[in-house]
Amino acid sequence: MLHRSLALKMIVMGAAALLIAACANTQKAKEPEVQQQAAPAPTPPAPPVETGPTPGTQEHLNKVAGDRVFFDFDKYDIRPDQEATLRAQAQWLQSYPSVNVTVEGHCDERGTREYNLALGERRANATKNFLVALGVDAARIETISYGKERPAVLGSDEEAWAQNRRGVMVVK
Amino acid sequence: MKKLLSLLVGLTLIALATPAAAVLRVDITRGNVDPLPIAVPDFAGKAAELTQDGSTEEIGRNIAAVITNNLARSGLFRPVDPKAFIRIKEVPGGRPGFGNWRAIGAQALVTGQVQLQNDGRIRVEYRLWDVLGESQMSGLQYYSAPRTWRQIAHMISDAIYKRLTGEDGYFNTRIVYISESGPNQKRIKRLALMDQDGYNHRFLTDGKDLVLTPRFSPNMQEITYLAYYNDRPRVYLYNIDSGKQEVLGDFPGMTFAPRFSPDGNKVIMSLAQRGNSDIYEMDLRTRRSTRLTFDPNIDTSPSYSPDSRQIVFNSDRGGTRQLYTMDADGKNVKRISFGQGRYSTPVWSPRGDLIAFTKQANGRFYIGVLKPDGKGERLLSESYLDEGPTWSPNGRVLIFFRQAPYDRYGRGGGSSLWSVDLTGYNLRRVVTPLDASDPAWSPLIQ
Repeated sequence: MLHRSLALKMIVMGAAALLIAACANTQKAKEPEVQQQAAPAPTPPAPPVETGPTPGTQEHLNKVAGDRVFFDFDKYDIRPDQEATLRAQAQWLQSYPSVNVTVEGHCDERGTREYNLALGERRANATKNFLVALGVDAARIETISYGKERPAVLGSDEEAWAQNRRGVMVVK
Repeated sequence: MKKLLSLLVGLTLIALATPAAAVLRVDITRGNVDPLPIAVPDFAGKAAELTQDGSTEEIGRNIAAVITNNLARSGLFRPVDPKAFIRIKEVPGGRPGFGNWRAIGAQALVTGQVQLQNDGRIRVEYRLWDVLGESQMSGLQYYSAPRTWRQIAHMISDAIYKRLTGEDGYFNTRIVYISESGPNQKRIKRLALMDQDGYNHRFLTDGKDLVLTPRFSPNMQEITYLAYYNDRPRVYLYNIDSGKQEVLGDFPGMTFAPRFSPDGNKVIMSLAQRGNSDIYEMDLRTRRSTRLTFDPNIDTSPSYSPDSRQIVFNSDRGGTRQLYTMDADGKNVKRISFGQGRYSTPVWSPRGDLIAFTKQANGRFYIGVLKPDGKGERLLSESYLDEGPTWSPNGRVLIFFRQAPYDRYGRGGGSSLWSVDLTGYNLRRVVTPLDASDPAWSPLIQ
């Protein structure tokens, strides 16, 4: 009995010792084990997908409608081939009722400075009036004339002039 | 400027020879067919007489150089090369040895001297001589601070010009213009001010905001111009002495193309409303504005006649840009340009006899003049783009700007100032530190 109890005691003690040793072992071996578990084969996240410009921004307007219309030399009436752009701009403005814009009127360099300021004003207003006629609130559209001060395209030839005679919608 | 002028005290006539036999005379109505040979030796001074602006000897040399340069650029005079008269010595204040000057081909001679006064000022005197007639034509003396020597040189130039042509000069004047730099698609434009010969140059604005079309007030204390401060194109007034700027009237739309009335009490300009530009006059004392044109077409670039009774302006009411005159109250509108092409930027001559303009025809630009009744059109210059004439105060010379064409890469281009005589002769570049446009000539500084 006594032997048994002693033996049991010894077993218990031995077990305890083993347990302690095991504990110590576990503690020592813990880190590598954790590391192994923390580095599982990574499943790669889906890369960000650009789906286009943020709606209601200048970039968006440029893409879905176009920001500018062009004019003939010394003229400010809306050309028939430019109406589609303005219709698209009007539709775009209706879709984003909180967006306000400025329409800039520009001229090519073949006019005197002051006359071109007046002509640029005409072009900006012709553009605005067309949009208002399509239902856009006039209060959302400001106009400004830059005359011949801000050419879009470099060059002193017909191709450059045609690009510079323009009305440009700028999102505010 | 007033301060500077107040330093010029005591402007006295030096004993004038009887002008009975005025042999020398320059005809300025026929162009510079035969410019008058004139000798301008260094004004006498002393190397030991020191001022903050150099010795009186240096100042004397500088004054002669400024006078020579002015007279040469007028196209009416041909200064004799100083190398030809380096050995000719004259006694300061004395009667010149005319034979020596005749021998080198001079028909007119300017002598002078600079003396330092006890109060620190300088005394500058000059004498203009008729070499062939061996007589004195005019002579004046000036007292002033040494630093004003350049202005004295311009005043002497004006006196010589007046004595020999019979008309006021234009040398003691300034030019306000737009200095340009940077890429063509986003030019940096600054208000700049300089003497008519390019000296004393300074910038009045920093280039952050677009500025255009400056014009002097008749007393030269103010400049009216167009500025895009806060992206609102409006007419402003700039006070030259204080540097203060103020918007001229708080209009709902763009105001542009400003110009002072001859008495300086009003500014006339265009106001754009709902796209249409009309001409308005603003009284600077009451700040009340009066609308003068009521046309649904573009009306701009107004300019008063020197008697303030009429206004010439630019309008496309007839289909294309043409020149029109009206009474100062807006009544009695008459078209005055009928040639082939488009006309704009009319500016009434200070003499009242002519209107200068920019003309556009056959893909070219011209500076020209016509009479107020539309007759007698003459073209004085031509290029890819000549624009915006401004008159010398005596109505004999025009300065305008010229822009060269440029290619896809922005090569070429550039704007510069040019002057041309009313006769179409003597086309010259007006030198500016950077590119330049929109010149406006000041009145004669009195």
